[in-house]
Amino acid sequence: MWGPYLMRRFALISIPYLWLLALFLVPFVIVFKISLSDIALSIPPYTPQFDPSAGWPGVTAFLSDLDLENFVFLTTDDLYWRAYLSSLQIAVTSTVLTLLVGYPLAYGMANAPDRWRPTLIMLVILPFWTSFLIRVYSWKGILAGSGYLNQFLLGMGVISDPLTILNTNTAVYIGIVYTYLPFMVLPIYAALERLDGSLLEAAEDLGCSRKSAFWLVTVPLSKPGIIAGSFLVFIPALGEFVIPDLLGGSKTLMIGKVLFEEFDKNRDWPVASAVAVILLLILIIPIILFQRNEQKQREAEQ
Amino acid sequence: MTAPTEFHPWNDPQAKPLIRFQNVTKRFGEFTAIDKISLDIFAKEFFALLGPSGCGKTTLMRMLAGFEDPTEGAILLDGADIAGVPPNKRATNMMFQSYALFPHLSVFDNVAFGLRRDRLPKDQVQARAEEMIALVQLGPFANRKPHQISGGQRQRVALARALAKAPKLLLLDEPLGALDKKLRQETQFELMDIQEKTGTTFVIVTHDQEEAMTVASRVAVMDHGKIVQVATPDAIYETPNSTYVADFIGDVNIISGGADPVDGKIGIDWAEGQPPLTGICEQDIAKGETVFMAVRPEKVAISSEKPADRSNVVAGKVHDIAYLGNISTYYVQLSGGQIIKAQTANTRRIARRDFTWEDDVWLSWTDTAGVVLRQ
Ligand SMILES: Nc1ncnc2c1ncn2[C@@H]1O[C@H](COP(=O)(O)OP(=O)(O)OP(=O)(O)O)[C@@H](O)[C@H]1O
Ligand SMILES: [Mg+2]
Repeated sequence: MWGPYLMRRFALISIPYLWLLALFLVPFVIVFKISLSDIALSIPPYTPQFDPSAGWPGVTAFLSDLDLENFVFLTTDDLYWRAYLSSLQIAVTSTVLTLLVGYPLAYGMANAPDRWRPTLIMLVILPFWTSFLIRVYSWKGILAGSGYLNQFLLGMGVISDPLTILNTNTAVYIGIVYTYLPFMVLPIYAALERLDGSLLEAAEDLGCSRKSAFWLVTVPLSKPGIIAGSFLVFIPALGEFVIPDLLGGSKTLMIGKVLFEEFDKNRDWPVASAVAVILLLILIIPIILFQRNEQKQREAEQ
Repeated sequence: MTAPTEFHPWNDPQAKPLIRFQNVTKRFGEFTAIDKISLDIFAKEFFALLGPSGCGKTTLMRMLAGFEDPTEGAILLDGADIAGVPPNKRATNMMFQSYALFPHLSVFDNVAFGLRRDRLPKDQVQARAEEMIALVQLGPFANRKPHQISGGQRQRVALARALAKAPKLLLLDEPLGALDKKLRQETQFELMDIQEKTGTTFVIVTHDQEEAMTVASRVAVMDHGKIVQVATPDAIYETPNSTYVADFIGDVNIISGGADPVDGKIGIDWAEGQPPLTGICEQDIAKGETVFMAVRPEKVAISSEKPADRSNVVAGKVHDIAYLGNISTYYVQLSGGQIIKAQTANTRRIARRDFTWEDDVWLSWTDTAGVVLRQ
């Protein structure tokens, strides 16, 4: 029925779908199933367990034991929604901060002489060669009360008492901005590098100052890069666990931390799964927006 | 159809040029793109720059627009040196060879861009932009983005955008190259109309010599960063100052030989045993100097009988015929192997053509038709 060409085409197209199915959809279904279960003292620590040997009655019994109890529970304890909100706030703030730091960097790179550019890109990527954990850990040494930053500022006479940065939200912002900066810089750089210099000349020719040409031409044309970079920072920052755990304080409330505590300390897999499912639902919105942006950009480039 | 005949400020020593290039040189590193150019362009001129690719036309324009500063020399606008004046402070607008349309803005917003920078009232911006869009016949496309229109339409957007601010000096870098012949002619007349109405000074780059002839008050022919000749279109055509210009503008026959000046005319001994050809020359030429005679093909008559009354007569054989519809070009081979082109208007049907391949024919032209050149 199908020619070999169509077969091959189908096989080719199906690879990414199989990938998504195996690595995204199946795990999600499992997590979702656990989120509908109840906590139990067993291994694994939840019930009901799906038992295929019991046949059809087993399936119906299994299904009837699933409920939305854990999701209801999430609404009763304000810890959870406060953690979601606080995560959102921290993710948004640090995305904006990363943009503020990353845009000038990308702009400088795109306007650097051609022969420097490969080196500059290397420098942006270079931190990835060291383990993420070690790099975040070393921020502890920099930000601590007697850390390098305070030593430096005290030595310069800028401050007389050491600043408390470590174990506050500020340290978390610093950590996130530092860690995710390349994800912001690279897409913006790519957009700026493509920018045709004669457009800026045209803008100036038509009466723009350098500054207004930047706002009216450069910024709008780097928008796809800004959007891509912002999502690449925002999405992982929202569920971030390591950075708030290492650099944040007891008051730093992030959903990643809550999730970890539910799984690890409370061994409450069903509630932890429910938290994860909600997190995913929150993330789906920006992910869809992100994909739209990519799509639009591709269309514009044709 | 060219500018009114009484308009030739370049002949008036009192006239003040709008733009003056004083020994302008522009180098990019080691490479000299513009080589000691001195040039005056007067207000209300329609000045055409002609020359082969890479000869420096765009560079010259970019210096006027303010994107490049001369390496040496000065450019004066109304008598004042404009070096260092940024592009947004110059009363010039440039249409870029690459169009440089803003991809994120619609056709309308592209055209309105410059008007908005002047903080004009909204309704004026709207009216002016619409007027410009109508002028280039893009009304139905006003809301499209540049990537949604054709190449020729983009070119027209770029033109409309440059025209919109009605600047004192308009720089058009190949404004009509992507348009079909009919639209190009319409737009040429549109441009001349605008020029007449607004008195704007135009500097235009074109690869189309016919276009330069149609629109320009003067034409500058460039070669390797130098200006070879600046003159009115008819002077460039009739009295080129070099074989380079003669060859660049229109079709031409070049015959070289030793000069023999006789009462204001120049004889050329062009071949052994042949009577000399005679032509006119505005330069002083010494006897025996090697010179070149340029004759336009349409000034060469072709006949089967030897004409008695022409001063330049040569014999040959029809080597090839190019039929171009309204005219035919005969490629006639002389006994020395040289090919001379002769053009005749096809007033009769092609079947009744007088000459055909391998016919023995006579070519003749008057002595005023032959321009004698040194180089
Ligand atoms: N920024 C630059 N750096 C180095 N060389 C340049 C630069 N701009 C132009 N040139 C060189 O200067 C010369 C003149 O360029 P220009 O763009 O003025 O040519 P043009 O006459 O406009 O040609 P075309 O008809 O192809 O548009 C070319 O040889 C070009 O390579
Ligand atoms: Mg050019």
